[in-house]
Amino acid sequence: MDVLIQQLFNGLTLGSVYSLVALGLTLVYGILHIPNFAHGALYMVGGYITLTMMTQAGLNYWIAIVVSCLVVGGLAVLMERLVFHPLRHAPAIHDKIAAIGIMLFLEALVQFIWGAEYQTMVSPYGQVVNVAGVTLTMQRLLIIVATVVVMIILYIFLKKTFTGATIIAMSQNRDGANLVGINTNRVAMLTFLVSGALAAIAVSLSAPINLVFPGMGHLVLTKAFVIIILGGMGSIPGAIVGGYILGFTEALGATYISNDYKDVIAFVILVLILTIKPNGLFAAKGGH
Amino acid sequence: MAGLLKQRNIIAVLIVFAIVFPFITNNNYFIHIMTLAFIWIIGVYGLNLLAGYTGYLSLAHAGFFAIGAYSLALLTTKAQMNYWLAFVLALIITSVLGMIIGLISLRTKEHFFAIYTLCVGYIIYLVIDKWDSLTGGVRGLIGIPAPGNIGPIEFNTPISNYYLVLFFLLITVLVVYRIVHSLTGRTYIAIRNSEDLAQTIGINTMKNKLMVFVISTFFAGLAGALYASFIRFIGPDIGYITITFDLLTYLIVGGIGTLSGPVIGTILIVWVSQQLQFLQDYRMMIFGPILTLLVIFYPRGISGGFIDWRAKRKEKKQNQLNLENQQMLSAQETSAASNKNG
Amino acid sequence: MVFLETKNLTKKFGGNTAVNNVDFTIEKGKINAIIGPNGAGKSTFFNLVSGFHPPTSGQVIFKGKDITKLPSNKIAELGVARTFQTTNLFDQATVLDNVIVGHRLRTKSNLFDAIFRTKRLKQEEKQCRDKAIEVLDFVGLTDVAYKLAGSLSQEEKKRVAFALGLATDPEIIFLDEPAAGVNPDETDGLAELMEKMVERGITVCLIEHKMSMIMKLADKIMVLSYGEKIAEGTPEEIQNNEAVIKAYLGGSAIA
Repeated sequence: MDVLIQQLFNGLTLGSVYSLVALGLTLVYGILHIPNFAHGALYMVGGYITLTMMTQAGLNYWIAIVVSCLVVGGLAVLMERLVFHPLRHAPAIHDKIAAIGIMLFLEALVQFIWGAEYQTMVSPYGQVVNVAGVTLTMQRLLIIVATVVVMIILYIFLKKTFTGATIIAMSQNRDGANLVGINTNRVAMLTFLVSGALAAIAVSLSAPINLVFPGMGHLVLTKAFVIIILGGMGSIPGAIVGGYILGFTEALGATYISNDYKDVIAFVILVLILTIKPNGLFAAKGGH
Repeated sequence: MAGLLKQRNIIAVLIVFAIVFPFITNNNYFIHIMTLAFIWIIGVYGLNLLAGYTGYLSLAHAGFFAIGAYSLALLTTKAQMNYWLAFVLALIITSVLGMIIGLISLRTKEHFFAIYTLCVGYIIYLVIDKWDSLTGGVRGLIGIPAPGNIGPIEFNTPISNYYLVLFFLLITVLVVYRIVHSLTGRTYIAIRNSEDLAQTIGINTMKNKLMVFVISTFFAGLAGALYASFIRFIGPDIGYITITFDLLTYLIVGGIGTLSGPVIGTILIVWVSQQLQFLQDYRMMIFGPILTLLVIFYPRGISGGFIDWRAKRKEKKQNQLNLENQQMLSAQETSAASNKNG
Repeated sequence: MVFLETKNLTKKFGGNTAVNNVDFTIEKGKINAIIGPNGAGKSTFFNLVSGFHPPTSGQVIFKGKDITKLPSNKIAELGVARTFQTTNLFDQATVLDNVIVGHRLRTKSNLFDAIFRTKRLKQEEKQCRDKAIEVLDFVGLTDVAYKLAGSLSQEEKKRVAFALGLATDPEIIFLDEPAAGVNPDETDGLAELMEKMVERGITVCLIEHKMSMIMKLADKIMVLSYGEKIAEGTPEEIQNNEAVIKAYLGGSAIA
């Protein structure tokens, strides 16, 4: 029983991180219909920025996260302006290749600056606490709570502010948004900014319980893709629910099926989904 | 016609160069590098048929490369099979797996296909990495034999291996050339341009896509099998996504959807990387942005850029000619008219 | 003579009914037109007939054969061609190269033939090339056959789309807004081309917004509004039909 609770808790932690990453990916997909293959690289860069801010600049953990959000968000905006925007009318294969190019560049750059070694991020919340018979670290608790807070802020931003409403409007109907006078360029940039910031938050929260290395974005990215296909490409609630589902599945799968193959679970889920439903679980309605 | 002859000459010169290359350099290390480049080119041609000519970007290519390599390695080391029998079987195994995966994955399109194959690639990699008892896990497989003798010919030296790989490369180029320049190739291009349109002009798109997917995996498997017996040891890394990205980079730089692209891109990048040894691990700092810039400005790479440039120049010349003819005609007309008036 | 016929053809997308219970007959050797306000379900109707989408219910019968469940490539083989509003051509290849593949469905050579350059392949390649030259001549594009497809004008691209459809050796061709985006003079040229097709024995069915063209050209018109057939008949009958006038006044203006 304890094991089960412990694993459910782990699933919640994992799911939180996945949800945040998937949220960024799904926001961008919703607005621009681009599967951003460089999103995992943004996540990775975020990890290094936070780490460096803490170790080199001696910043407080939270301030380091804010810096990381700004840097990664800025990087994402730059990507939108310099790469995705010029490619918006190109064949579908091009934006993916361009994104892969960015990803390869960022990984090599990070490796050049910080080296290929695995690094650890020491968070100020390493204490072990005991809640209801389950031992857990403060950091894990923090991940869960912080994720919920971030989601609430995002919700308020999207639902209660005008800027957020434009993002929603554009993701529902780009041409329509253009017609009613929404500056689609500005919205696209904003969406990339939010997407990058979410990736930075996700990695800053999870890095202390994982490791920081140049290839750390690969698996996360692929799993985030699985999640947004699971939850419907472009769907915000879908990304959140999908993230937690995958988190729980992996945590339980690691215990009850095989720890070695826990990373395969996500991909098997995806392969199954796409095998049965080639256009994703919640394919676009209607159509012409 | 003159253009064709020229093209043929270039190809002949390149083949002759490839044949005499080992004697020119006389440097085992360079021969080694070139052999490796040839192996990659074979894989890139596979990717090109699928992504370049048919428009389906598969990110599982390294996975099939690894399946070819591991099949050969396991059949020769664990099953102690005759090398060439194992070689043929490795290609069959890769193609059959390619067919099964193609059958499912090709029902998806565009980014779903890319994501699907990305996941398939990961599954292949993770299975190789974790299935310790079969694949040796992270330790990999060692002691893979060199290609078996064919009659009196042995493949123990770098030079003999070089020629063996060159032989397979030439066959690959010939096969791809013939496919591309046939009705079958036109069919693939039609699917790339618009699958809906292809379907309405009576093309069974699924059947054709499956076929090209299988050929594509076949070449990946061929490259993998050659790699395994050339390097003689393999690890799970060869199935990792970075290999796919490498192959994709070669293809984009050389020219996706062009016949010479795989050769140009691969040899160029492999040699530039060699020259920039110190950059080895960071080479993507240069090639990553190049990839992105090419896709934005020259989506058909070096080779495609050249073809477009030549075509434009030809057209400009033609237009110039037409214009001159017209001017001449109108000049004649006006002079005729003025004659009449006068 | 009834050539192609739909019976109670219906298509629903989620809760929306794009095409509702449409009975339509196309007569051989005539120019048939489908008109209707935007969003009336005309393109969906085409997609159903050409096997692009499976209908929710109803039937499509071609020459007495039920083709409702056939995939679009099989329908093309039976002699039903269609064009799209926009045709994606391979811009870096010549017009001829783009059209050659149109006759592919009448050939049998496969991968084996390609790799070994068999006699069959060579013969079929010639067959396809001859066909392409023939249809390019038919649509009046012989002059630009060796130009790059990317350099063509809008009207020429429309003609290439026709050529591609004709290369499949169709008995009936469905044209989706063939004259959209071309100027009035060019429209006349395209109309002539359609008449030429009929002379050649190819039945034509088109969707069009340009009323003046339709009224001159069509032998028979069907009017769709909100997915339902509201009228069917000769141009005169349609012009005087109250339901049609109402639908157009209520919807977008008649062009």
